[in-house]
Amino acid sequence: MSLLEVGLVAQLALALLAVTAAVAAPTPLRPLLAGGATLLMGLSGVATGALALGGRTGIVSAPLTVGLGLDARMTLAPDRLGGLFMLLAGAVGAVAALYSVGYARGPAGSRTGCAAFAVFLLGLQLVPASGDVVAFLLTWELMAIGSTILVLAEHGRRDQVRSAGLWYAAMTHLSFLFLLAGFAVLTVAGHSSSFAALAAGRISGDQAGLAFVLLTIGFATKAGLVPVHVWLPRAHPEAPSHVSAVMSAAMVKMGVYGVVLTVTRLLPGGPRWWGLVVLALALPSALYGILQASVTSDLKRLLAYSTTENVGLILSAVAISMLAASSGDSAVAGVAMVAALMLTVSHAAFKTVLFLGAGALLHATAERDLDRLGGLVRSMPRTAVAFGVACLGAAALPVTSGFAAEWVLMQARIHGDSRDQLTSALLPAAIAVVALTAGLALLTFVKAFGIAFMARPRSPGATTAHEVNRPMTAAVLIGAAAVLALGLAPGLTATAAATALRSAGVVGAVGAATTTSAAAAVGTGAGWGVALPGIGAHLDPLALTLLALAVTLPVVLVTWLLARRHPRRDVDLVWGGGGVRTSPRMPYTATSFAEPLVRVFDDALQPTRDLRVTHAQESRYLVQEVSFHQHLDDRVEKSLYRPAIAMLDRAGDLARLMQNGSMHRYLGFSFVALLVVLVAVAW
Amino acid sequence: MSATVTTMLLVAVQCGLLLALAPVRVGLMRQVRARLEGRAGAGVLQPWRDLAKLARKEPLRAPGVRFGGALPVLLMGASLLLVALLPLLQTATLVAVPDDLFVVVSVLLLGTVAIALLGLDSGTAFGGMGASRHMTVAALVEPTILVAVYALSIPVGTSNLSAIVSARLDHPATVVAPVSLLALVALFIVVIAETGRLPVDNPSTHLELTMIHEAMILESSGRDLGWVEYASWLRLGALLALVANLAAPWGVVQHLHVLAVLIAMVALVLKVAVLGAAIASGEVFLAKLRLFRVPELLAGSFVLAFLAVTASYLTV
Repeated sequence: MSLLEVGLVAQLALALLAVTAAVAAPTPLRPLLAGGATLLMGLSGVATGALALGGRTGIVSAPLTVGLGLDARMTLAPDRLGGLFMLLAGAVGAVAALYSVGYARGPAGSRTGCAAFAVFLLGLQLVPASGDVVAFLLTWELMAIGSTILVLAEHGRRDQVRSAGLWYAAMTHLSFLFLLAGFAVLTVAGHSSSFAALAAGRISGDQAGLAFVLLTIGFATKAGLVPVHVWLPRAHPEAPSHVSAVMSAAMVKMGVYGVVLTVTRLLPGGPRWWGLVVLALALPSALYGILQASVTSDLKRLLAYSTTENVGLILSAVAISMLAASSGDSAVAGVAMVAALMLTVSHAAFKTVLFLGAGALLHATAERDLDRLGGLVRSMPRTAVAFGVACLGAAALPVTSGFAAEWVLMQARIHGDSRDQLTSALLPAAIAVVALTAGLALLTFVKAFGIAFMARPRSPGATTAHEVNRPMTAAVLIGAAAVLALGLAPGLTATAAATALRSAGVVGAVGAATTTSAAAAVGTGAGWGVALPGIGAHLDPLALTLLALAVTLPVVLVTWLLARRHPRRDVDLVWGGGGVRTSPRMPYTATSFAEPLVRVFDDALQPTRDLRVTHAQESRYLVQEVSFHQHLDDRVEKSLYRPAIAMLDRAGDLARLMQNGSMHRYLGFSFVALLVVLVAVAW
Repeated sequence: MSATVTTMLLVAVQCGLLLALAPVRVGLMRQVRARLEGRAGAGVLQPWRDLAKLARKEPLRAPGVRFGGALPVLLMGASLLLVALLPLLQTATLVAVPDDLFVVVSVLLLGTVAIALLGLDSGTAFGGMGASRHMTVAALVEPTILVAVYALSIPVGTSNLSAIVSARLDHPATVVAPVSLLALVALFIVVIAETGRLPVDNPSTHLELTMIHEAMILESSGRDLGWVEYASWLRLGALLALVANLAAPWGVVQHLHVLAVLIAMVALVLKVAVLGAAIASGEVFLAKLRLFRVPELLAGSFVLAFLAVTASYLTV
């Protein structure tokens, strides 16, 4: 039994232990015991993933007794790419489990909640370990069921939870349906359900195209791309925060894993239109996601839409890689695929911190509406630091992981191929979309941090907020440290990504390109930086930081000298702007912060506004009270899903004509059915 | 090794030069404007006197303001880093920190974020208003910057600014090529928007309907205000110098020599002075755009940048 197999079995055993602890432990100890066991399971996932990434191999295979005399087996055999994603899922899960020790109280800390969390994480860590279609679909479904139960955890407290759970369950099973169909086509065409055999089988032609389309739709639904993103802004806000962190940072990434698995291993070297399909899904998602995020004031909804944006960026990198590979530009293909994986890792790091931080805010203030937060940097300094670092990462500013990843993406993009007309028209548009996305992300996260943590409290909850308990602060601080560390040493992520793409099974055009060039095109530059010799560029954030410190030091010195001579003076009113600055109604809110943007994108967002002015009795010119309400619907949902749901409703109504509860009618149906059968038999 | 030391020395000289002359440039622009409007003006050294005065004053702190002292220092650091990264005097750059355009843009945005947070931190209606408008403009400017940069980098095949500048020195004809002109005009509009000049923002107004930059720093005082002002001047100075160097790369040192460095310094000062005076003269005839007309201007600059990219494909 190899070390890798031990790791896989250990995950199963620890999951079992966590479930046992969740069921058997008394209520006060449950979060500690179940959370601790889940934490260990996450860490074993990290270790196993690292082993697989390092090239170790191992197979765990179990027979499935389906009956019917079929000899079905499920196989776990992670390759390097799967190892990277298992490492990612394990790390996110471990941090979230640590957080849950302090956070899981009430419904989220119930027996069901704790057990479902362990099962969810197990599914998540085993999806990238799957070595065949059966194992993939089983672990995928384990992950889906576990997360659905968790989304529903707080259904007793808020009505929206049920609707969110329903949307999530419907969309996640839609995803499963498409995956099932896609894998069925693959299995039939390749005469095998093992990934290794499918990769060696080189499926091509119409069957490959059909499988690609079905799988892409399935994975895109899980990844939250527009227009199948509708579950994200519902399920993420309603789930307990440690669950939304794992869903957004790791589960959504399994959609990305699926796409990368499909295009590099199962169906490598696809035709050009595949890349265009992925690009056409990815770019609108990035833009639409961030536009919705920038105008919403619900913090967790904002983070959910930002996930759609980030997955859009990641898949646009995958699409650039596919396009470059199909025109034979292997250096760019390799760099773009590495960029996709770096973005994935970076997003996992900062989104974990952001969701956990949002949970801490919710815990401390009972508010998740930015309009009612504010001034929390004083009462929650540690959460503020971690959240601030993660915001820098989300806005792709130096020197965070997001910055390095986006830099690699832009490098891949400007060196993208311009040999044929379609790409030469598409690439500048793609760059513009990504740039606008980056600009709006900047605004979004300045808003998220500035409104929540700065200025003054805007609600009683925010006024009386206190720092959260130790496991929670430890979790967010560890995450923030990871965001910074991966930003200072992006060479680590780049090397891991390049290694992951060197999978034994990777063949074909995209695969070959990434195999040969990912190693050649990406290396650790001087120090811990990332170098792209394939396209002649390098980035060393550590040196950049040193330079920044060197130029800032004199400024700090001068400030210090001046401060010694002229200390600060505290005053009540610096510049009153009417003399009422003590009122918490004066500072800008998140809604007012985004107002100029809503105006600029008025046509795209179509907000509904309700402005009521009550005049004073004495004169129409005196205003007694003004109330303003703005509502921003998700337009895709409104124009695409509402009609579809209405149609289904009508179909249901029509079906009810047949089923009106009358016993006579049902007996009539049975009689007709019997007649039909008799006639059919007699024929 | 010695090459690295000389490069570092040159970077230091570049920072010193811009630090010394950024306030003078502001003074010059104000003076040009004053004279054209028939006023006497305060002299080109007035900004330096203002800075000295602000340094001697005690800063005020309102209750609830936490970063009133730290953010201005951060902003100044970001501006200095921007100056250190740009190829203004020479085309040789630090080996470990190449003047990659994406890095430069990120450093620029770091400053943008620092000043927006300063506005939000003040906890007043004005601060938030300024921050909101500032970030909206910054978000809309971003596509133009990157697409213009892309257009400039296509002929050279790299996004390193120094490589772009030296390619222009080696082939002067490329400077007046349509690609280059379109991209430069787009970049110029972006610089105007990003640094808050007319017609996007009026640097000399305190009218709440129109102000962006001033609204964010309304609560700052003493050395805090001094740093913010100094950093903003430095930022505009650096970006103007960059546009000037892209439009007229002559004088930039390619082969290291003491005399060449001196010539480069004189050339840089002249280029920036001419560009600054031109902007100041132009501003005399401009009114500020309504805030919600600004996106149209930015969309216009984006179209120019996009045309530049398209043109570059046609010529390649």
